[in-house]
Amino acid sequence: MKVIASRPKALTDAQFTYCPGCLHGVAHRLIAEAIDELGIQNNTMGVAPVGCSVFAYKFFDIDMAEAAHGRAPAVATGMKRARPDMNVFTYQGDGDLAAIGTAEIIHAANRGENISVFFVNNAIYGMTGGQMAPTSLPDMKTTTSPYGRKTSDVGYPIQVCELLSSLIAPYYIERVSLLSPTDIIKAKKAVLKAMKFNTEKRGFTFVEFVSTCPTNWGINPVDSLKWAKDNMIPFFKPGVYRDKSVEEAK
Amino acid sequence: MSEKILMKGNEAVAEAAIRAGCRLYFAYPITPQSELIEYMAKTLPKVNGTFLQAESEVAAINMVYGAAGTGKRVMTSSSSPGISLKMEGISYIAGANLPAVIINVQRGGPGLGDIQPAQGDYFQATKGGGHGDYRLIVIAPSSVQEFADSASLAFDLADKYLNPVMILSDGLLGQMMEPVEFKPRVSDEEIEKHSEMHYDWCMRPNEDGPNHHHHEINSLEIDPEVLETHVNKLAEKYKKIEENEIRYEAYNINENNEMVCCAFGTAARIVKSAIDTLNSEGHNIGLIRPITVWPFPTQAIADSIHDKVKNVMTFELNLGQMVEDVKLAVNGKVPVGFYGKVGGVVFTPEEIIEKIKENLGGK
Repeated sequence: MKVIASRPKALTDAQFTYCPGCLHGVAHRLIAEAIDELGIQNNTMGVAPVGCSVFAYKFFDIDMAEAAHGRAPAVATGMKRARPDMNVFTYQGDGDLAAIGTAEIIHAANRGENISVFFVNNAIYGMTGGQMAPTSLPDMKTTTSPYGRKTSDVGYPIQVCELLSSLIAPYYIERVSLLSPTDIIKAKKAVLKAMKFNTEKRGFTFVEFVSTCPTNWGINPVDSLKWAKDNMIPFFKPGVYRDKSVEEAK
Repeated sequence: MSEKILMKGNEAVAEAAIRAGCRLYFAYPITPQSELIEYMAKTLPKVNGTFLQAESEVAAINMVYGAAGTGKRVMTSSSSPGISLKMEGISYIAGANLPAVIINVQRGGPGLGDIQPAQGDYFQATKGGGHGDYRLIVIAPSSVQEFADSASLAFDLADKYLNPVMILSDGLLGQMMEPVEFKPRVSDEEIEKHSEMHYDWCMRPNEDGPNHHHHEINSLEIDPEVLETHVNKLAEKYKKIEENEIRYEAYNINENNEMVCCAFGTAARIVKSAIDTLNSEGHNIGLIRPITVWPFPTQAIADSIHDKVKNVMTFELNLGQMVEDVKLAVNGKVPVGFYGKVGGVVFTPEEIIEKIKENLGGK
């Protein structure tokens, strides 16, 4: 019998702990597929964050460290500096990366640290039960913004790709989404690029996934895709924000 | 015989750490430990080491966590307010059973305090500081030589027990110059061995087939029973450390002591010179100087209370922190007195002589 589909080699057989309809599984798979395709499973290390993907270290069949909340880029820096012969990536959510870990991500990017950062943005804190995230949309209702996010009070969502692309050092920054099969194919290409650049020691690479949280949004998984398309995509515009390989090719 | 070099404590410990095989150092500037970070910045690149000035103390300790996860000798240093910021990361390092060395060149507190020498971080260093049940091995040197020697001891203990080790120094030891004799620099082969001894758990290159590994660097156990087992294992380790790693100096401890003094670090130097003076005048006063303040030399203090000892005096550059452990050790056998200075003010030998004289005879 011919195998036409299987679990990527870089994923363990541990069962995901994610809610039905959650897209973390898709993002995990894309990263694992990229590791397989680049043939780097044996010299790649990852960092799991605090958030819904806190158990990511169980899901990737590589050596991984679990970081304190927001500190993944610093942990990854220590790993990469200690083991420059290995590839290092972090996997982080929006609360982890764009609130408590803002300093760490900006400075890792600014150093041009040779790591890949995968950032899952679903505009809400998932694991703690649907609180306001730094990326929650204006007027969006969450358990800590029950009357809607008031921009006059707590400001606007942070657009991380735009923010990081104001720095000189980062090598590659792209925002993709996981909202349709076409989007997922595009996302896969971005993940592959980010990790390939990492193996080539070209510098800091960053991929943001616009994602969903059916459970805490209170919207079913299919309608969540539409909600994200209608509400998140206009604010978090997909695209390549930095690609020095293009500039270098000129 | 290797030559003696006149050096500041901060520079001496940095040089000693490099000689002990430290090739990774992450830190953030703060007074009075600046010479340490500057020495590392200058010297580590010359030995193919990594020096990185982090964006914060918080980032620095988490870089240490990541690097320690690869099983390599790694260090950070700071002074009191910066050490407070590192406490989160230190708890994670302890929880994940990682070897790492942290140097605290203490200054006056609380809060921003000042930049003068103090010992106000004793509680923080020995009783936790970060969250959860954990222990740091804490070495409290009393001279520039001992400060330097504590570097290789700290790395050896960290590697042996897979535990963070803190060197609890202060602004005086950091800034003061004394002659130091260094151990020879460990070879690259030895450095490789330091990291290979951790290959059964650390993050490192992998292979396919039966030797494929999946190593997790982690302090998270969501199942209460599993976490209970994990913490109990930590407790077993701490018990072993208490059994094997207590270090102290017993200075003029004998059966005819009238009084026993207790002091650590800088304070102990001053107490020593005070009791030298008093003993030359015909008194007989001893000193127990804990070198490891955790594990604490409880038994040594208890055993030093011979029949003629009327009381114990504890001297610290704080409001009275180690004195609580001294009282537990003495366990009511004789009264335990305390004298301290705070705010970065250091007592003089004359003050100590006066305090001892006031308290002689069990007063």
